[in-house]
Amino acid sequence: MSLRHLRIVAVAALLASLTLVQLPSHAQFSPGPSPESAFSIPKAQQLQPEELSRLLHGQVANKPLIFQVGSHMLFAQAHIVGSEYMGPGSQSAGLKLLQDRISPLPRKTFIVIYCGCCPWERCPNMGPAYKLLHDMGFTNVKALYLANNLGADWVGKGYPVESGR
Amino acid sequence: MIVVGLFATVCLAALAPQSASADESPLNKTAPQFVRKTLDGGKLDLGNFRGKVVLLDFWATWCASCQIELPAFARWQRSYGAQGLQVIGISMDDDPELARRFYRRMKLSYPVAMGDEQLGAQYGGVLGLPLTFLIDRHGVVRARFQGETDLKLIDARLKELLSEP
Repeated sequence: MSLRHLRIVAVAALLASLTLVQLPSHAQFSPGPSPESAFSIPKAQQLQPEELSRLLHGQVANKPLIFQVGSHMLFAQAHIVGSEYMGPGSQSAGLKLLQDRISPLPRKTFIVIYCGCCPWERCPNMGPAYKLLHDMGFTNVKALYLANNLGADWVGKGYPVESGR
Repeated sequence: MIVVGLFATVCLAALAPQSASADESPLNKTAPQFVRKTLDGGKLDLGNFRGKVVLLDFWATWCASCQIELPAFARWQRSYGAQGLQVIGISMDDDPELARRFYRRMKLSYPVAMGDEQLGAQYGGVLGLPLTFLIDRHGVVRARFQGETDLKLIDARLKELLSEP
């Protein structure tokens, strides 16, 4: 394990210790480093911003459903055109919203999730959201890889967004 | 025909997705003013800190990178406060109660208020955390640090501004 990974695990442990005791249950972070880490998402399931842009603007038969699994405040400021707010994947309320939305969908539905709240390796939301989709049997899920955040890696590159809740 | 064309253009422009990148960066401009209620019930008026160097930190409880910075900012408030530093925190959490509990638990030594998308837009869009601004004694935004930043860089810039009249 590299020093960088050790540092991330240490920060995750600090976060857990600071939040688990006092926060209401709906806001607790899941214990353990793997499910909440974006590292848990296989590289093959990651989608680069330019690929998503091509999917959205090209003549593609199978356009994906796009779900934002980050904070509502971030969504209100800017979100990918056509994306739906699902709530933070790090919180059980967010996962419930996502679960309710995807439950009736065919398991082959093309779904893209994204967050962009913070650097990919620090994002607490993508891992749990991806895991839920995977555990529910969805087989065509991609995770938008935003290395730094939504501002730098999507808005800053000129890809279209809209604002509002 | 021209009128119809113009009308269509106006309609399309109105319906087009808004670009968050249209929000102007406040760098090297007078810091956008705001008045907010702090998490402990006080009044936070940015205008009251003219004459001080302000470190304005946008953060959230779920932001792992922010957790690295917060203790340092609290430490700087204590050590540089006499030289004219004022740290201000803006929580971008969706739930104020989460931020309040966290604030109390961390015993932060500076005022923290809740942010929202309007305040985010004033500061050029807070589309990724952490986001830190340094405002000089004349109320001008002199530095912007997006994402996980080497604290030594912020510290060095801070010392420069504190040494200015």
